[in-house]
Parts: sequence; C-alpha cells; structure tokens
Amino acid sequence: MKRRLIVLFMAITVVFGVTAQTKSIRVLLANHPYAEVLKPLIAEYEAKTGVKVNVESYDENQLTQKLTTEFATKSSTVDVFMTRPLQEGKLFYRNGWYENLTPYINNAKKTPANYNFADYSKSAVDAVTYAKAVYTIPLVTEWQVLYYRTDLFKQAGLNPPATFDELIAAAKKLHNPEKNIYGIVSRGQRGAAVTQFSTYLYNFGGDFLKDGKAVIDTPEAIEAFKFYGKMLKEYGPPGVTNMSWAQGQALFQAGQVAMWTDASVFLGNLKDPTKSQVADKVGVALMPAGPKGNHPFIVVSWGMAVSKQSKNKDLAYDFLMWATSKDLAIKAMIDKGITMARNSVWTDANILAKFDQQLANTAVKMGPIGTPYDRPLMTAVGEARDAIGDVIVLAIDTGGTGDIATAAKNAAKKVNELLDAAGELGK
Amino acid sequence: MLESSFVDRHVKVLFPLPAVVFVALMMVFPVFYTFTISFTNWNLTSGLPPRFVGFKTYLSILQEPRFWAALVRTFYFTAFAVSVETLLGMIWALILNREFLGKNLVKMSLLLPMVSTPVAIGIAWTLFYEPTIGLANWVLRSTGLNPLKWIADKQLVIPSLVIVDIWQWTPMMALIMLAGLAGLSVEPYESAKVDGANGIQIFWRITLPMVSPVILTAVVLRSIDALKTYDIIYAMTNGGPGFSSETLNIYAYNLSFNYFRLGHASVVLFFLFVVVLILSYLVARLRQKLEE
Repeated sequence: MKRRLIVLFMAITVVFGVTAQTKSIRVLLANHPYAEVLKPLIAEYEAKTGVKVNVESYDENQLTQKLTTEFATKSSTVDVFMTRPLQEGKLFYRNGWYENLTPYINNAKKTPANYNFADYSKSAVDAVTYAKAVYTIPLVTEWQVLYYRTDLFKQAGLNPPATFDELIAAAKKLHNPEKNIYGIVSRGQRGAAVTQFSTYLYNFGGDFLKDGKAVIDTPEAIEAFKFYGKMLKEYGPPGVTNMSWAQGQALFQAGQVAMWTDASVFLGNLKDPTKSQVADKVGVALMPAGPKGNHPFIVVSWGMAVSKQSKNKDLAYDFLMWATSKDLAIKAMIDKGITMARNSVWTDANILAKFDQQLANTAVKMGPIGTPYDRPLMTAVGEARDAIGDVIVLAIDTGGTGDIATAAKNAAKKVNELLDAAGELGK
Repeated sequence: MLESSFVDRHVKVLFPLPAVVFVALMMVFPVFYTFTISFTNWNLTSGLPPRFVGFKTYLSILQEPRFWAALVRTFYFTAFAVSVETLLGMIWALILNREFLGKNLVKMSLLLPMVSTPVAIGIAWTLFYEPTIGLANWVLRSTGLNPLKWIADKQLVIPSLVIVDIWQWTPMMALIMLAGLAGLSVEPYESAKVDGANGIQIFWRITLPMVSPVILTAVVLRSIDALKTYDIIYAMTNGGPGFSSETLNIYAYNLSFNYFRLGHASVVLFFLFVVVLILSYLVARLRQKLEE
C-alpha cells in the first residue's frame, strides 16, 4: 500500500514537473520557401523564450486537409498555422477556426511596439479581414509574372512580350519540339490552372464573379478560355493538362520551355544553380497586356494565424509576432528572394539592392494595375476551381475549338449552385 | 489459480477478443458512422452544423453527372484490369507449374511489384508515361510508331492506369492460381493420358474445371480491390486530365477533403461499399453452385 502511494506521488510530480517545466506550442507550416527561412531560426526562439515549438510541414493541399480534419472534429492541438487567405479564409472564418487577432493587435502588452502592424498595405489587410476584424497576419504577396529565357530571346532578337499578340508571336518563334524546346507553358491541371488563367481572363475583360454571380460564361471569358487553350495546345509541351506549378517549374529548370507564366514566388528556384540548368538565363517580366488592358493578379498568397481551439493563445500569438516580424521579413527578402507583404521592405534601398532587379521592377509596376484576387472569392472555392478548371482542360485539349461556350455555361451554373448552397449568391 | 481457471473457462471468448475489438473499432464503427453521416447534409462550406435530412443527400448525389461518370469509370477500370489480369495470371501460373531452371528466381521477382509502395510505383510510371522524355514513348518511337499522350489524354488515361494495375497485380493472380494448380490431384491427369487426351483437351476438360473455384476466388479478391483503387490514380493523375480518371473513390476523396461536403462523400462511399458487398455475395453464391 505504502509503495503504491509512493509510486502515485512520483507519477504526479513527474507529470506536473514536466508541464511546469516546458511550455510548448504546435505549429503547422506549409512547404513554402518562407518556412525554410523560419525553421532554422526556431531554435533561437526556443532559447530566448523557453517555449518548445513543435513544427510540422505539409504540402499546401495536405495542410488544408490536415487543418480542416482537426478543426472539424474539434480535437485540434494546433496553436499556430500557415494559411491561404483566398483559398480557405472564408471557410475557416465561417466555421470559427481562426482566432480574432484584432484585440491582440490593439493590445500594446501583447503586440511589441516595433512590430508596426500599419506596415501591411490596406489591400493586404483587407484580404484577411472579415466583419471588420483581422484573422490572419499577411505573410507573402505573389503576383503573376512571365518568366523567359534570356538566351533564347536574344538569339531570336526578341524583347519580352508586352501584349498577348507579341506573346503568341514569341511562343511561335521559339517553339521547337524537334529540339525539345516548347514555346510556352502555364498550368493546365484542372483546379490548379484556375489561378494562373486568371490574369488572361482579366486581360480579356472577363472575371470570375460579378455581383455575387458567376460570369465565366460571358463572351470575354470565352475568348480568354479559347486564347489560353489555343496557346498551350499549339506552343505548349505535350501533357500540359496534367501540369501544375511543379511540372512547369521542372520544365523551365530543365531548359525545355522558352516562357512560363506563373506566380512570382518561383524565381528563386529558377535561379538556383543547384536546381536549375538555366540558372543564369532566367528573365522575369510583367505579364503582357490583353485586348482589355493589363490587370495581373496580386494576392496575399500566405498568411499566418492562431487557432481558435488553441489552449495556449498567448504563447501562440507571441510566436506569431516573432514569425511575422520585420527582421524575418527582411531576411526572407534578402536570403530567399521571397516577396514579403510588408510595405517597408519594398522601400528600403539597402534591401532592394540585394533583391532581383527585374522582379522588383515588376513589383513597382504591379502596384497600380493589380487585381487583388486570382480565384473566385467564395467559400466553396475548391469545387468552383475544379468546375472552371474543367473548361480550361477542354480548351487546351481542343486548342480552343471545342464547345467552350456550353462548358463555360455549365461551369457557371455549377459555381452559382455552390454560391447558393453557401448563402453567397447575389451578395 | 482463480485467474487461470477464468482464462481456461473463457478461452473461446478471450482469444479472439483482441481481433474482434480491432475489427469493431477499425472497420464496423467507421462503416456505421459513414452510414450515419450519409443521412445528413454536413457541409463545412455552409458554416452550419450537420442536420439530418433523410435521403435528400442521396437524391442530390444521383443528380450529379460526375457521380454517374465516376461510377461507369470505376466499373470500366475494374472489368478491364481484372479480366486481363486473370488471363495473364492463368498463363503465368501454367508456366510456373512446370519445372524449369531459375523458377524460384522468377517467382521471387514476380513478388516485387506487389511489395512496392503504390506512390513510388505511381511516380515511376508517371515518368514512363511522360510524353516527351518518357520510356513509353521512346519505345513507341524506336519501333516506328506514333508517340501517345498516355495519362495526359482523356481517352487513354484509364487504359494507361489499367496497364499499371496489371503490372502490379497480375503476379498476385498468378500466385493464387498456382496454389490452386499445385493442389490438384494427379489421378485425373493420369487417366486422361491413358485415354489419349492432348494438352489442350486436358486444360479445358480437366485443369480449368478443377481450378475454377480458385480462379473465382482470385477474381473476387482482385475485383474488390480494383473497385477501391485509389493510391495509384491519386499519385498519377488525381482524377485528371479534367475528370477523366475520377473513379468513385477519388470522387469521394475530392468531395470530402477538397470540397468539404462530408454528407455527399459518405453517400458515395456507402454506395461503393454496397456495390462491393453485392458483388461479393453474388460470387459467393456462384462459387457454391460451382462446387456442388
């Protein structure tokens, strides 16, 4: 009996001792270049604060699935997580999975004086604001750019295309499948293609939604589908309908495409000599203009948030303040060329001097012309993207000659049904 | 003493208990839970808690063209894959049933596709099928044929996936059938030879009828598995291009983890469960008849 008591006593002291000794938080990151900046520095944060940080990293879609599963079953132990405001923001907000950060930001005891939340632009903050409260800290901004091979352009006597006509002309001229060089690649994989198709859509005068209804079956949108499909069918690599950013990036790195339109975040990988065979031949330019002007997307692609189900919210917020601090933003800009969401990093000449000049130029030009979304802004965005993406696949398969009008009409109907089911139709 | 007699008295219950508990927790409960959810409209994009709606979710799934397309595709994939695997498996089994040099080595190498990780297989085959630099098109070109787009072609994607399935699972069919062949008694063969029957007659009149229950078992096991194929399709095409390789399982996955319509996903999964159940029952009956 006495022995049992001693064992019990020891067990209690061990359990309490451990919890008193190490406070810990669980942080879920995406497999994103910014996470690569963060991870090596976490040991420093742990040493400074005495808080143990348990980090897990997932691919973007797996991250959404992991978070959704944990949150929906109300069994989550996640404290801080990376999140994509445009993809899952509405879903997470509606289900009450984000902690409201506004009270923390306004609390001088919790937000350090040098954090400077006003450093985030209004459009970036708008992307993470629901019902006048902030739920996510903006982290990375991305916009669509045109990557091109400087050597091939020089040989052919070409300048980076400024219009869609010039884009097609350049693609045609450089397309040489015999020598394994394709004119242009852009995403063709169902749902993934939608975001990179968006600039083409806007530049033809089309849009995803208008007044809370799908408008992807308008004549302008159909023109955009046809153009995108014809371009990739005629001057793209075979099998483009299975390609997302990873395949496009691999083709560019292997020197098999002359141009690639995708998000600005990949420049670092294209210029990395350990990953790219054309590292010193990469140019980056503003997206070419279409018949209705130039309106490439510029979005807050990633942010970081605190889970509402977290039991260590103050610790979580403290980590968030560190992980989104200006010091780390500068480091990410300089070391990895990541396009951070803070305004101040874009006005500091010392930082910009160490940043890719061409990309910085596109950033300056993007300011006044950008469209702040690259997909329909709605809760059921995953299914809507697949419906719209199916039209893109048809356009590519048929080179723009298939019955795009009917397919676009069906996709619009589907998107409207989804808006209706979420109570968003007409809003 | 008391304790051991308790065990002795309840051996019949105690020994299978861990397995029963495991099956109940890991298999019966999820099926039952899925069945329950299938009667709700649970949809995370609505922001509302799940509500019991009877058969409404069932009816709305039946109106989705993607559901019917996925259903047809699932059967197309299964029938295509299993029939070829059965035929090739039988041929392999007949070959392996004879004695020849290096037989054990062949048998062992047959096992390799079965023990490989499905995602690794998927990645390797994706590279084979790559239209520009892939092995498959290299073979076609060097034999003077036109290259194909394989899994990037809406019409070819299912046959291309079937080829992977055949590569991976024919060995299992062969091994099951080989076990069947090895278990056959020799007397009928001896008397057939005495009666002057030739090899083809022996195969059709003796081997095939005697081994048919085993073939049937192999077909059922493989069909059930093929209907549920998920990993290879997910790793290679994720249902694409467009929706052209979306089977019921992939559709259910998209519904639950990409669209967050858990009620609808449960209906699809329950439907698949019932299909498998009916198939197993029918074949069990058929097998009984064959054995009679």
